[in-house]
Amino acid sequence: MVNIIIGAIALGLLWGIMTLGVHLSYRILDVADLSVEGTITTGGATAAVLISNGVNAWLACLVALVAGLIGGLVTAILHTKLKIPALLAGILTMTACYSINLRIMGKANIPLPTTGSNKVETVFTPVHDLMKSLVGEYDENSSMAWLLDILVSKNFSAMLVGIVVVIVLSVIMYWFFGTELGCAIRATGNNQQMVRAQGISTTLMIIICLMLSNGLVAFSGALIAQYQAYADIQMGIGSIVIGLASLIIGEVLIGTKTFKRNLVALAVGAVVYRIIIALVMAAGMAANDLKLFTAITVTFCLSLPLIKNGINKLISKRNGEAAANIGEEE
Amino acid sequence: MLKMTNIHKTFNAGTVNEKKALNGLDLTLEKGDFVAIIGGNGAGKSTMLNALSGVWPVDSGKIVIDGVDVTAKSEHRRAPYLGRVFQDPMMGTAANMEIQENLALAMRRGQRRTLRWGISEKERAQYKELLATLDLGLENRMTSKVGLLSGGQRQALTLLMATLKQPKILLLDEHTAALDPKTAAKVLELSDKIISDNGLTALMVTHNMKDAIKHGNRLIMMNNGHIIFDVKGEEKKNLTVDLLLRKFSELSGGELVNDRMLLSK
Repeated sequence: MVNIIIGAIALGLLWGIMTLGVHLSYRILDVADLSVEGTITTGGATAAVLISNGVNAWLACLVALVAGLIGGLVTAILHTKLKIPALLAGILTMTACYSINLRIMGKANIPLPTTGSNKVETVFTPVHDLMKSLVGEYDENSSMAWLLDILVSKNFSAMLVGIVVVIVLSVIMYWFFGTELGCAIRATGNNQQMVRAQGISTTLMIIICLMLSNGLVAFSGALIAQYQAYADIQMGIGSIVIGLASLIIGEVLIGTKTFKRNLVALAVGAVVYRIIIALVMAAGMAANDLKLFTAITVTFCLSLPLIKNGINKLISKRNGEAAANIGEEE
Repeated sequence: MLKMTNIHKTFNAGTVNEKKALNGLDLTLEKGDFVAIIGGNGAGKSTMLNALSGVWPVDSGKIVIDGVDVTAKSEHRRAPYLGRVFQDPMMGTAANMEIQENLALAMRRGQRRTLRWGISEKERAQYKELLATLDLGLENRMTSKVGLLSGGQRQALTLLMATLKQPKILLLDEHTAALDPKTAAKVLELSDKIISDNGLTALMVTHNMKDAIKHGNRLIMMNNGHIIFDVKGEEKKNLTVDLLLRKFSELSGGELVNDRMLLSK
């Protein structure tokens, strides 16, 4: 069970990078960008091809990130220059990505085995090796064996990598959105008219933001592919909904009062979402029902303000009636 | 300072909704001119300011600001010359950003946005001082989100932002129309002060004829997309609302049929 939770945390953190990307488009720019469904696979595919050809895993992640930037650029140009509505522009890029991803991989999936004769070196391998050498040999019957088992598990090293990457990226995001350029992008998501009046090209800001968003998403895809030990043409399906679910869960649990808090909320949301999924799966839900479950979760979370409002109204109405009754009695 | 020559703009050309919004508009501003612009609905007042700001390209004509031909420049490239305050108090500020962040955005109007930190300690002190001059208590709420402010406060802030980096021309597009009378008077008074303190050149669209007479050194009246009446100096000081109404029917050959203007007499 502990191993399942650690696995969920690791996967949650890797998906958390994707959530950071979704936050850029959905919250900062106020645009629902569906191209991430394609670019997350592009990231996974690019990294998988490179790694299975012996390229350094971190370098492969970097190339995946660049591939994501290009994907974002395409969506941004469709939207800003060709004036296609953002939602449709995203769908177009997503659809185009399907073919491109197949071209990149040459087939529908690429395995990234970490054991056996074709084993490859992923970003997690060095950390895993380090943990193994730190823990050393141990007696499987000792009372601490369960803990040591966890320490040398793949999930644990993936979690460590996930923690470091998410912290580094969150710090970079915090810095970037405090700069002049970052402020201009935030303002663009708020009020484009005002931004143009301050001499800033909203077109350029949208392009930069969508590029960064898809770059992060592809980077996340590259890490996810290495974690699950394969890249698959289907891996992006439903990813935007997962990203939104994580984002909203985080906002509800942690809040968005400050940008710092908001960044923490994104990571926590992604992890909590994965833990919830791990728990319902452990409770016996079929894997095929997962997407339905996620869609219902997001629908519920998105309608939370409305539900909250309704409940508040109900309460105040009841209180009002109670007050009226008291008045009558008098 | 400004020369607009023979500006034409038609919206929805070739359709049933065709509207000739600007029709051979000519306007020349001297440095330090503070011009009040009046006219009926659809006379082209706001359209003229939008043409000047580059919200859309004009069909024909030429716009020169302080010797620079900006006719072909897009909206954000004209921003270095212009400070703008809009009719809708929501339009001039970014609601989800802090008061000081909005000011910092305006401080850099027309400059390249770099990866330097968006707001410096030195600026913060300066903003605090400037906000204090508004006398709205905003100097103690520098990190509050602008969305929490009232319409009047947002408009005062927008005014400050528009003039933070001195513009060649300040454009006020019915900037008090959406405010209650008391707040409107205060914002107008503030506009007057900022314009005279900094010796700004300004264009102010208003539907209130009393305000138009009271403020500025020059008054122009528009009808059908061009200027029909233009007075300045002593002659302007001697204007009255009745005189303006008479002038309008005489020059346009019709009554100034505008409930809003009559009500605000």
